[in-house]
Amino acid sequence: MPMDFLKGVSGEYDVTVIGSGLAGMTVANALARSGHRVLLLEQHYKLGGMATWFKRKGGHIFDVSLHGFPVGMIKSCRRYWTREIADSIVQLKHVRFDNPMFSLTTRYHREDFTRLLTEKFGVSQSQVDAFFDAARGMNFYDDQQLTVGEFFDQYFPGRGDIVRLLMEPITYANGSTLEDPAITYGIVFSNFMSKGVYTFEGGTDRLIQLMQKDLIKSGVDVRLRVDVEKIHVEKGRVTGVTANGQFINTRVVVSNANIKNTILNLVGRDNFSSEFVDETEKIRLNNSSTQVYMALKPDEQIDEETGDLLFSSTAPAFQTDLLLSRDITSRTFSFYYPRTRPQGRPRSLVVSSTNARYEDWAELSDEAYEASKQDLIETTLESLDRYVPGIRKKLDHAEAATPRTFQYYTRHALGASFGTKFEGLAVSRGLSSQVNGLFHAGSVGIIMSGWLGAINYGVIVANEVDALLLSKNTAQVG
Amino acid sequence: MTSEEIREVIIDILGDIAPDEELGDLKDEIAFRDQLELDSMDFLDIVMELRKRYRVQVPEEDYGELASMQSTVTYLEPKMQDVEKA
Ligand SMILES: Cc1cc2nc3c(=O)[nH]c(=O)nc-3n(C[C@H](O)[C@H](O)[C@H](O)COP(=O)(O)OP(=O)(O)OC[C@H]3O[C@@H](n4cnc5c(N)ncnc54)[C@H](O)[C@@H]3O)c2cc1C
Repeated sequence: MPMDFLKGVSGEYDVTVIGSGLAGMTVANALARSGHRVLLLEQHYKLGGMATWFKRKGGHIFDVSLHGFPVGMIKSCRRYWTREIADSIVQLKHVRFDNPMFSLTTRYHREDFTRLLTEKFGVSQSQVDAFFDAARGMNFYDDQQLTVGEFFDQYFPGRGDIVRLLMEPITYANGSTLEDPAITYGIVFSNFMSKGVYTFEGGTDRLIQLMQKDLIKSGVDVRLRVDVEKIHVEKGRVTGVTANGQFINTRVVVSNANIKNTILNLVGRDNFSSEFVDETEKIRLNNSSTQVYMALKPDEQIDEETGDLLFSSTAPAFQTDLLLSRDITSRTFSFYYPRTRPQGRPRSLVVSSTNARYEDWAELSDEAYEASKQDLIETTLESLDRYVPGIRKKLDHAEAATPRTFQYYTRHALGASFGTKFEGLAVSRGLSSQVNGLFHAGSVGIIMSGWLGAINYGVIVANEVDALLLSKNTAQVG
Repeated sequence: MTSEEIREVIIDILGDIAPDEELGDLKDEIAFRDQLELDSMDFLDIVMELRKRYRVQVPEEDYGELASMQSTVTYLEPKMQDVEKA
C-alpha cells in the first residue's frame, strides 16, 4: 500500500497553499501567524522549490540558486521569518567582472559604483546621482512605458560598457532584458545594487530547515509528496482542492505553482472570462539556465581573492541575446569556500551558470544531449582554468544541468528559472477578481522573482488573503 | 480616534518598521520617502499593521494616500473615527 501523505488532513482549512517555493512558504507562514488554519502542499519530497541543493559523494553539497540576493532579504527574513534566519545573511565581499571592456572587483553598492563610474568610466558625479535617484524612485505599483534600454540611454547615452556593468548581473539574476519595462530594473536595482550582494551562511539546506521549523511553530500543516491535481470552483468561488486523489475543503487557495498552469490546468479555463484566458495565454515565460557544478578535492582550496561572484565574458559587447546563446561566451561563476557551510566539512566548490533557451536543448537526441552536456562541462573547465589554474587536476566531481534538467525537477514549463515576463504580474494580481478566494504567489514579472522577490510577493499576497478572510468573517457574523 | 491619536499610531508603527530612524523630527507635510529610508514593502507593512491592530482596511488603489504623515492622517480620519485607541 502506498503511504498516505495526507493522513490526518480533515475538516476545512482557511487557506491551502499549493507549492513550497519561497513565496508559498512565506504566504503559509504569514497567514498561520495571523491565526488562520493553513495547509501547505508540496509535490516534491522536500520544501524550497527552486531554493534547493543536492549532495554528492565526497561530502559535497551544491546549492542550485544561492548565488546572491539583495540586502532587503535581511529585513524581510527578520520581519516575516525569524531573527536566526536574518542573522545568517552575510555580504559577498568580492564581486568581480572580467570581459573585453573592463576587469574590476567591486563591493557592489552605490558608493563603490559611484567611485567606479566617476573614476574609471569618466562620468560626472551629478549624472551618476541622477541615475541612482531615478532608479530608486520607482515603485512596484508604478505603471511605466519606458524600457530599460531607454532608461540607460537617458543617463549614459552610447555607453555600452556602463550598461554592461550595471545590467549584466541583473540579466543573470532574473533573465531581464533591455526591452523589459524600466521599472523592473529600477526595483531590482534599488534593492540590489544600492547595498551589495548577500548570501546565506550555512547553505540552502540550513535555510530551508530553519524555515520548516518556523512553519511548524506557526501552526502550518505541512505535507510533502502531495501533488495537487485540481482546484475546485463553484459559482465563482473556491471550494477546495483535490490532492493525491483526495478532496480537501478550503476557503482560499494560494497557488505557488506556475501562473499559467494554475489557470489553464489546475482551475480550468471555463472558470475565467475569455479576455482573462487570452491574457494568460499571452504570458511569456522567462528563460532557463544551464549550470555546471564542480567540486574540488577535499584538500584543495581556492584563493578567496578569486572572488565570490565572477561575471566572466569573452563577448566584445553586451547583448542580451548573446547571453542566451548555446555558443556560450559569458558565464557567472559562484565560488563557495569552506565558510559557506561552517557547520559542515570544509569543501570548495564552484558553480557556473549561464542563461539558456529550453528549445535549444529540448529536441536533442539522447546521444547528442549527453555529448552537449559533456561539452558544456569541458568548455566551462577551460574557462575556469583562467581563474583557478590547474582546475582539472584539483577536481573531484563535475556535472551539468540543462534547461531539461530544470524542467524535470521544477515542473516549470520550458525549465523557466525566473518565472514569467512582466505581463505575468497583472494576471497573477487579477486572479482573485475572477474567482473569489483564488490567489497566486510566485515568480512573475521579474520584480517578484528571485529569493527576495518571491518572499516579498508572498507577503503581499498574504496581506490580500488576510484582508479577504477578515471581511468574510465579519460578513458571516453580521 | 482623533487626528492626533492617529498620528501617534502611525509613529508607533513606523518605529517598528524603521527602528533605526529618528522619528522625532518627522515633518508632516513632507513625503515619508524624502525623510526616511522606506521602500514599498515598508508601506505594505503599515497597511498590514493597521489591519492587524485596528482592523482598518486600506485597499491597494489607496496606497498612494500614505505618502506623507499629513495625507495619511487625512485619509485615515474618517476610517478610524469610531476606532478606540488600543
Ligand atoms: C539555476 C537558478 C539559479 C538561481 N539563482 C538565484 C540567485 O542567485 N538569487 C536569487 O535570488 N534567485 C535565484 N534564482 C531564482 C529563485 O530561486 C526563484 O525565483 C525562487 O526560488 C522562486 O520561488 P517561487 O516561490 O516562485 O517558486 P518555486 O521555487 O518555483 O516553487 C514552486 C513550488 O511549487 C511546487 N508545485 C508546483 N505545482 C505543484 C502542484 N500541483 N502540487 C504541489 N506542489 C506543486 C513545486 O514543486 C515547487 O516546490 C535562481 C533560479 C534558478 C533556477
